[in-house]
Amino acid sequence: MSPAHYIFLAVILFTIGAVGVLVRRNVIVIFMCVELMLNACNLAFVAFARMHGNLDGQVVAFFVMVVAAAEVVVGLAILMAIYRARRSASVDDASLLKY
Amino acid sequence: MSHLLAAGGGTNLDADYSVAFFWILAVLSVGAGIAMICVRQAVHCALLLAVVMLCLAAMYAMQGAPFLAFVQVIVYTGAVLMLFLFVMMLIGVSSTDSLVETIKGQRLFAGLAGIGLVALLIVGIGHAAIGSAPKPGALQNADNLTGLAKLIFTTYVFPFEITSALLITAALGAMVLAHRERTSPKPTQRDIARRKIASGQVAPEPPPGVYALHDAVDMPAMLPDGSTTERSVSRAMAQRDIDLRRDPRAEVAADLEAEAKVAPELPAPAQVEAGAHGGSESE
Repeated sequence: MSPAHYIFLAVILFTIGAVGVLVRRNVIVIFMCVELMLNACNLAFVAFARMHGNLDGQVVAFFVMVVAAAEVVVGLAILMAIYRARRSASVDDASLLKY
Repeated sequence: MSHLLAAGGGTNLDADYSVAFFWILAVLSVGAGIAMICVRQAVHCALLLAVVMLCLAAMYAMQGAPFLAFVQVIVYTGAVLMLFLFVMMLIGVSSTDSLVETIKGQRLFAGLAGIGLVALLIVGIGHAAIGSAPKPGALQNADNLTGLAKLIFTTYVFPFEITSALLITAALGAMVLAHRERTSPKPTQRDIARRKIASGQVAPEPPPGVYALHDAVDMPAMLPDGSTTERSVSRAMAQRDIDLRRDPRAEVAADLEAEAKVAPELPAPAQVEAGAHGGSESE
């Protein structure tokens, strides 16, 4: 398969993740959609690496994975703190800064 | 996958196989992704995300990135998703999304924006003339793992060091955020005993299901005075009964009624009664 197919697939997966972030209300699900977007980017990076015939894209994908892991750890800790204070995992309830 | 590893990089899959695998995995991952943003239960979302991630891992392997394929399975599907499920268990599995739209027409506009983004990106990439044939280069010559290690520890050594700082910061941040400062002194055994006496309930809560006719965990316990107590049933079980549209109280009432009808014909109804009360009094 040509790398273009993989890049189109990555585009579709990225969009699914973006729509999920817009549509869903549960914080954990929104986080999972962000992970889906990061994964789609990784797929594009790997496809680019194959297209160019070198490994730089794979290294970038590797770094994206590391940053995503750090992001998930901090994000879930924030989520736990919010849940402890407000007893809710819905993004609609965390609107204190609005008023 | 073993022959992919032996090839050390480039895809030596048969072209037909590669096309078939791509389409199977593409349909599977897009289907699981769409289902992920549609299902209401957060746990189902996590499982569908695992499907997407495993599909992507297989695609990495097909594209000559066996190291990334394994990292994907171990780090993403193993660690990150497990972390998600862990937090989900802490927050409550039953937390489902409400179907009420807070902003009117939000879903419609989100869908339109998604379609627009896909169209924009596909047209943009379609114009960008992507080379169809992968060039035989470092990917085919060098071993994938050795090549990656060389790149990470030579060209990308500075970002790699920064990454370690990032990971330590993330670990510290998670510890700080998850840590709760104790605002009151830790209660001693004496305090706990005093509070218990003051609350009026000295004995432990009655366990569920010590009713003479039922011993299911969703059945409320019978108190010595013959009444039932809702406190003996776990909130999770009560919620499950509501979800399954079951009413244990109605069952208890129906059973008592049936027993009252049968009781006059039985030779010794007093024993049943005594057993029921004896059972509840003994605890």
